Amino acid sequence: MRPAQAPIQRPADARLLVVAADGRVLDTERIRLADVLEPGDLLVANDAATLPASLHGVHVRTGAMIEIRLAGRESLAADDVRHFTAIAFGPGDHRTRTEERPSPPRFRRGDRLRLGPLAAKVVRTLGHPRLVTLRFAGTPDDIWAGIAAHGKPIQYAHVEQPLALWDVWTRVAARAVAFEPPSAGFALDWGMIRRLATRGVGFATVTHAAGISSTGDPALDARLPFDEPYHVPEATARAVAETRARGGRVIALGTSVTRALEDAAHGVAELRAGPGLATRRLAPGSRVRMVDAIVTGVHQPGESHYELLRALTGDTVLRRMSALLEQRGYRSHEFGDSVLLERNRDAGTRAAA
Amino acid sequence: MFTSSRSSLDGMRVAVTGGTSGLGLALVESLHRRGAAVAFVARDAGRVTGVARRLPGTHGIAGDVSVKDETHRIALRVTAALGGLDVLINNASSLGPVPLALLADTECEDLESALATNLVGPFRLTKALLGALAASARDGRPALVINITSDAAVTPYAGWGAYGASKAALLHLSRIWGEELRTHGVRVEAIDPGDMDTPMHTLAVPDADRTTLKRPEQAAEEILERIAAWTEHQEVHR
Repeated sequence: MRPAQAPIQRPADARLLVVAADGRVLDTERIRLADVLEPGDLLVANDAATLPASLHGVHVRTGAMIEIRLAGRESLAADDVRHFTAIAFGPGDHRTRTEERPSPPRFRRGDRLRLGPLAAKVVRTLGHPRLVTLRFAGTPDDIWAGIAAHGKPIQYAHVEQPLALWDVWTRVAARAVAFEPPSAGFALDWGMIRRLATRGVGFATVTHAAGISSTGDPALDARLPFDEPYHVPEATARAVAETRARGGRVIALGTSVTRALEDAAHGVAELRAGPGLATRRLAPGSRVRMVDAIVTGVHQPGESHYELLRALTGDTVLRRMSALLEQRGYRSHEFGDSVLLERNRDAGTRAAA
Repeated sequence: MFTSSRSSLDGMRVAVTGGTSGLGLALVESLHRRGAAVAFVARDAGRVTGVARRLPGTHGIAGDVSVKDETHRIALRVTAALGGLDVLINNASSLGPVPLALLADTECEDLESALATNLVGPFRLTKALLGALAASARDGRPALVINITSDAAVTPYAGWGAYGASKAALLHLSRIWGEELRTHGVRVEAIDPGDMDTPMHTLAVPDADRTTLKRPEQAAEEILERIAAWTEHQEVHR
């Protein structure tokens, strides 16, 4: 698969592969997303803006240069900004592939970090040399100011040019709580949202702190995704219930939306509004009830996003999809092309049984 | 939910640019008094800290809305401080050349600088915060952008070329955005607060008779009454 290397959210030639529940496919322009949805459907996006979560600085005890990538937080509360789960790298930046980045110094509890204007302390090590819990000093306003002034968007070697926040904020980006962009939402612009309304397709949002997609370390990658806090607005819970009641489809724009909606519906008949913490991983065998289709990027077997797709449909359909994506030259990664994959209810039922 | 204009601002999440002097400061003070959650932006970090300290609970953000690179960092801090946003007041303004100059004597750079602060800055910040405002609207909360304009946006006063042209553009931007964003539940309004006794007015007209000028506190009250009325209207029609 060829990676999309230019940070353009809506390239004029972006493609969309629509894969129906029965395996039929339609290869179209992504700008036509609103037109391939049916009146009565509901498109749900993640309106999280993306934090500049990459913080370069110094490990004070050793004087070593480090990069900290903020990767998790307990809640979305505005003043809950002192404690973060974080992934650490040694010297260097995104231009080196994460697999080849040097390790950070060996962390001890109480180690101090100086990250630009921010001061942090390691309060816990988490069973992996790169994974720690940090506590920032200062008031919430000070901490936000430090992150805003010093942080940069997390990025990977396939995009060489340094990303600015506007490269990673979707058009609907609201509160900055995501650690990496909910990139399926790059497809959206205000014109498309208006087009949805014209077509009789509903639009709603959740706010989900989309986490880190890759660390370059197999042991750590196996622990992804971390727990992710989210919020489901009342209006969204209502819209989902109404859509389901009238037989429309709930279409999740991205894996983070899927995770939030399924978590908020876990163990209850209908979607729960309010805050939550998504702890479950969606994989083959997971029960998917709320999401009838997902719009997502081009994922490859083995990636956690691909495993999530296996909760939605059978491997035969996915293998055929992957072959088509390869054959048609679809681009992978966050600035790449998209897939609309409809859930195969039979596959879901079988998996749940 | 809301019974009077006073209580209707209670708990509302409002951001004000140019919040450490003149009309902006009066707006911040009055919003704070009325129980709104307030974040304000201004260039001078020392003054920002001073105002935030004097008005506990407000969130001061040092930043320059005319600088592209600062836009998203300001937007991030606004929504982080307030947990979202209901009302954005684009108040920060630049006169252009000081002392005021005839257009033919206005340097290109002075015109560009007035446009950067008075037009492009509000455009960028509104765009960066539009997601938060639309989220408010979807939540059944108010969603309102106020752009502070001037009668110089409508009347061609000699000597006010850079300022007047930039405010005229801001006025028209507000009208078009108002049309376009209505379907998303976001209201955009331009308000001319009238001639006020502010540091900016002193810069423009150093020998003005200050007794004839409106107090910024009075202009702020008038603006907040209109915000209260508009946001109640938004609530009713939800």
